[in-house]
Amino acid sequence: MSDTFGYTVGTDLADKAAPDGPIETRWSRRKFEAKLVNPANRRKHRVIVVGTGLAGGSAGATLAEQGYHVIQFCFQDSPRRAHSIAAQGGINAAKNYRNDGDSVRRLFYDTIKGGDFRARESNVHRLAEASVQIIDQCVAQGVPFAREYSGLLDTRSFGGVQVQRTFYARGQTGQQLLLGAYQALSRQIDAGNVEMHARTEMLDLVVIDGRARGIVARDLVTGEVSTYMADAVVLATGGYGNVFYLSTNAKNSNASAIWRAHKRGAYLANPCYTQIHPTCIPRSGDYQSKLTLMSESLRNDGRIWVPKNPGDTRSPDVIPEDERDYYLERIYPAFGNLVPRDIASRAAKNVCDEGRGVGPGGLGVYLDFGDAIRRLGEASVREKYGNLFDMYQRITGENPYKVPMRIYPAIHYTMGGLWVDYDLQSTIPGMFVIGEANFSDHGANRLGASALMQGLADGYFVLPPMLGNYLASNKLAPVDASAPEAVAAHTESTERLAKLLAADGDRTPDSFHKELGELLWDNCGMARSDAGLRKALGRLTELREEFWSRVKVPGTGAELNQSLEKANRIADFIEFGELMCLDALHRAESCGGHFREESQTPDGEALRDDDNFAYAAAWEFTGVGSPPVLHKENLEFDEVHLAQRSYA
Amino acid sequence: MKLTLRIWRQSGPNAQGTLVDYVLDDVSPEMSFLEMLDVLNEKLILDGDIPVTFDHDCREGICGACGMVVNGAPHGPQTLTTTCQLHMRTFSDGDTIVIEPWRSAAFPVVKDLMVDRSAFDRIIQAGGYVSVTTGSAPEANTQLVPKPDADLAFENAECIGCGACVAACPNGSSMLFVSAKVSHLNVLPQGQPERESRVVGMVEQMDAEGFGGCTNTGECTNACPKGIPQASIARLNKEYLRASLTHRR
Amino acid sequence: MAVTGILMLLFLILHMAGNLKIFFGRDDFDSYAHWLRTIGSPVLHNAWFLWIQRFVLLVAIALHAVSAYQLSRRDLKARPEKYAHRLRPTASYATNTMRFGGIIIGLFVIYHILDLTALVANPNGVEGAAYDNVVADFSHWYIALAYIVAMLALCLHIAHGFWSAARTLGAVTSATRATAYKATAGVLAAVITLGFLAVPIAVMAGLVD
Repeated sequence: MSDTFGYTVGTDLADKAAPDGPIETRWSRRKFEAKLVNPANRRKHRVIVVGTGLAGGSAGATLAEQGYHVIQFCFQDSPRRAHSIAAQGGINAAKNYRNDGDSVRRLFYDTIKGGDFRARESNVHRLAEASVQIIDQCVAQGVPFAREYSGLLDTRSFGGVQVQRTFYARGQTGQQLLLGAYQALSRQIDAGNVEMHARTEMLDLVVIDGRARGIVARDLVTGEVSTYMADAVVLATGGYGNVFYLSTNAKNSNASAIWRAHKRGAYLANPCYTQIHPTCIPRSGDYQSKLTLMSESLRNDGRIWVPKNPGDTRSPDVIPEDERDYYLERIYPAFGNLVPRDIASRAAKNVCDEGRGVGPGGLGVYLDFGDAIRRLGEASVREKYGNLFDMYQRITGENPYKVPMRIYPAIHYTMGGLWVDYDLQSTIPGMFVIGEANFSDHGANRLGASALMQGLADGYFVLPPMLGNYLASNKLAPVDASAPEAVAAHTESTERLAKLLAADGDRTPDSFHKELGELLWDNCGMARSDAGLRKALGRLTELREEFWSRVKVPGTGAELNQSLEKANRIADFIEFGELMCLDALHRAESCGGHFREESQTPDGEALRDDDNFAYAAAWEFTGVGSPPVLHKENLEFDEVHLAQRSYA
Repeated sequence: MKLTLRIWRQSGPNAQGTLVDYVLDDVSPEMSFLEMLDVLNEKLILDGDIPVTFDHDCREGICGACGMVVNGAPHGPQTLTTTCQLHMRTFSDGDTIVIEPWRSAAFPVVKDLMVDRSAFDRIIQAGGYVSVTTGSAPEANTQLVPKPDADLAFENAECIGCGACVAACPNGSSMLFVSAKVSHLNVLPQGQPERESRVVGMVEQMDAEGFGGCTNTGECTNACPKGIPQASIARLNKEYLRASLTHRR
Repeated sequence: MAVTGILMLLFLILHMAGNLKIFFGRDDFDSYAHWLRTIGSPVLHNAWFLWIQRFVLLVAIALHAVSAYQLSRRDLKARPEKYAHRLRPTASYATNTMRFGGIIIGLFVIYHILDLTALVANPNGVEGAAYDNVVADFSHWYIALAYIVAMLALCLHIAHGFWSAARTLGAVTSATRATAYKATAGVLAAVITLGFLAVPIAVMAGLVD
């Protein structure tokens, strides 16, 4: 590329850990080939786990059960509050309890296809295999999944697949699964096998002799910055959706851990793959701090529409039927209101861009239950969706039984993340990345109810044997916090905090975060274009410089200081945003959640370019503001044939 | 809306705290309560003041991080609602709002409105789990769970561990929290082998943490954003009595 | 608290029923009072049963009071820093006045024993003349008033106490049962209170003299 936003292309990247042979036996062979650590020797190994969500919580508990000494961190006040808790819908598993033709193979196939052919076949197949065990494990832990009157587990259909394989616990599946993992972790904390550091945030990764050997972390209560050493480091720090400021992520979710690891040499893959969920409650004003998701299930009975004429600000009840545009039903007669998330989101954006959006700022579309209430009766609608309607009313003050809901798409999940091989190991030996923080299983688009599945598969079943293999295969020299690399990382972290505090400018950290979010949402959100991305990249460079000179962080570093925590995360988000835009700019095709306006079919659908982009883009850091190096991991599809998606 | 906020400010765990008045001029009724505090904090930063510290994370009522006592009501005046889901339309122009942290010896104030709820974690560590080592679980459908039991377990498992029950209780008791977890696990067949040790361990830890005693006032249930029923406390008592009679260490 | 409370509640029901014998006249009432001293005879010596019962009740009261004291201390310790804005109470008046009401009842019990058992505080104070002693009491409006106040405090105490005790003993594990127990508590409190109040009211109204 020959413009200011350059990058260089490095050598291709190969997944050296990937086994070959028949896909059905790859995982069992890899496990058999893995070296083992003698149970008596396990307690001599210290393993750091950062994050306590579904992936981190399950990994910490399992590693501790196996006998490793686990040192675990979360920035929340309790490991139970990680953002996995907010997942609503369910968790997929190829149990085939419905006898409706489901199988490991079908779950594998659906996930590859749903990911728009941008995920690794081997990984996805392993995920589908592990799904079955996850349900067993969680049920044994006492997770109160929905049941039928027979006492057997209930399942429902989800996310546009044709089998009923989603296990759920009302609208709180994430919460219940997380509490299961949290309780397992609590048992290990009590047993003394896990040393838990809550309200402690990772600031940097310590790399010694090319291996991950520790982290630098800040106690958020006292402000003390400490170095923790170990034989391996596991990052389970979630996604980076908050780079957009407004998202369905928790307010404190951040990308700092993965970004700092990236700066220490871990490749970051496919950052432009972000998922936008179509049914969120629209923003109500500039003060908006986050967006709330309304379950996708609402689209089963609600009809989505906008006025036919731009600028029609009449109240929805006086707009006659023939002046309404049920645009999803019109454009996609076969799937109607149930088209996949990316399609529904883009369509909503298009009608709002035409000036036909509703509500404040014209950024919203109606989700109307009028027909459903007439057809089924209000009681029946209440029975099905009562809790969601109540939540909507609490937030908006409007009664959705009388007035149509207003919804708008919002950032929900990020498929990109740190590059990992089949063993979930990053390009830094000894650093493993699990859950949403890695890039491995969802390709360019994640299917509904698959995030929980991946987090738990990684933590309970995939990471532990692979981590053992690493520890058994490598002779690790003893290190402590006085190692020069550890001291350097500690110094850099404290200096950076001091620099934030010293800037004493005239803008709050949040004002930068909001500006960053708007810039990215406008140019690297639901639709991306070459011109828009270039514009964003130009502004991002300025914003980064402006941030360090104009940010104002009150207080000191030696105390609990939420402004400092925020500023520290936002600085990383800005740099992250640059790489995200660059990745989106370089990928001149549309796939899954990444829609490039230049690459669409004549009727406006995403158009993949398999000849040029059937690879995972893994980026190597070379310095802030300096062009990164692109390493391509070519994706082979032997089991599922590449095909264009169509929903019309 | 113009509001006077009377907020508890305390610079650290051992510092002396006090209520401080702030006036906010243009509060929108559409704001959430925490967004209103965000606006205040932005103003404080630009004025060279220290912003108000409070716990919060998901802002959709499920993580349990947020919580403050608003005019004498934990999580504010609206029932079944966490502070993050409370909206300013609940208040009127000219209102004075007193905002205090959870008050409990077992929840020492960390800073301003933020408290340390690690006592809850230690209670769970004392038995609030089913001991099942990863990989050892039987096939999920081998053990049937009657739907009413599953529903009852779920109803109690909804607890978000926010601590509003303790804040609301005139005695500072944490019985509702403990009873929710004991009810969740003890009604399920998976929870049976550790039924007695669980309740005994958790109750002993609860007592050791310095929570008050339950006098069945029901304030906990009324403040609980998830509506954990008071009946769970009776179940906890029953389980505890049963375990005291049969449990051998 | 629950066990001793229920024990005392049982005693109160019997006590109240016995009191109502006053409506059958002096002889009936006095012989009932005498009979109380002969329960268990001839196995037990005269008034032994009464003394056993008094001892049990005294222990119950003591344990009830000590538990209440310990519980209160624990509760006060559990919230060393008070709220600046009073907690908005949502529970009933009965629930919120347990401690205060308990103290009123405790003081009344002491007076009541001095009045009608030890007879030192009774205006009549003749041993064996229970009927006249009672009538003498309630002929004074202030004694009747003190009695009525104490009985209303008792009413509130039972209304919360019974149901709370049931809960503490693990008996109210569902919402439907809660309703049933609350109703029972209300009925019990009302019946006991009305039963006890019938006597002073009857005396003041001249129905018993």
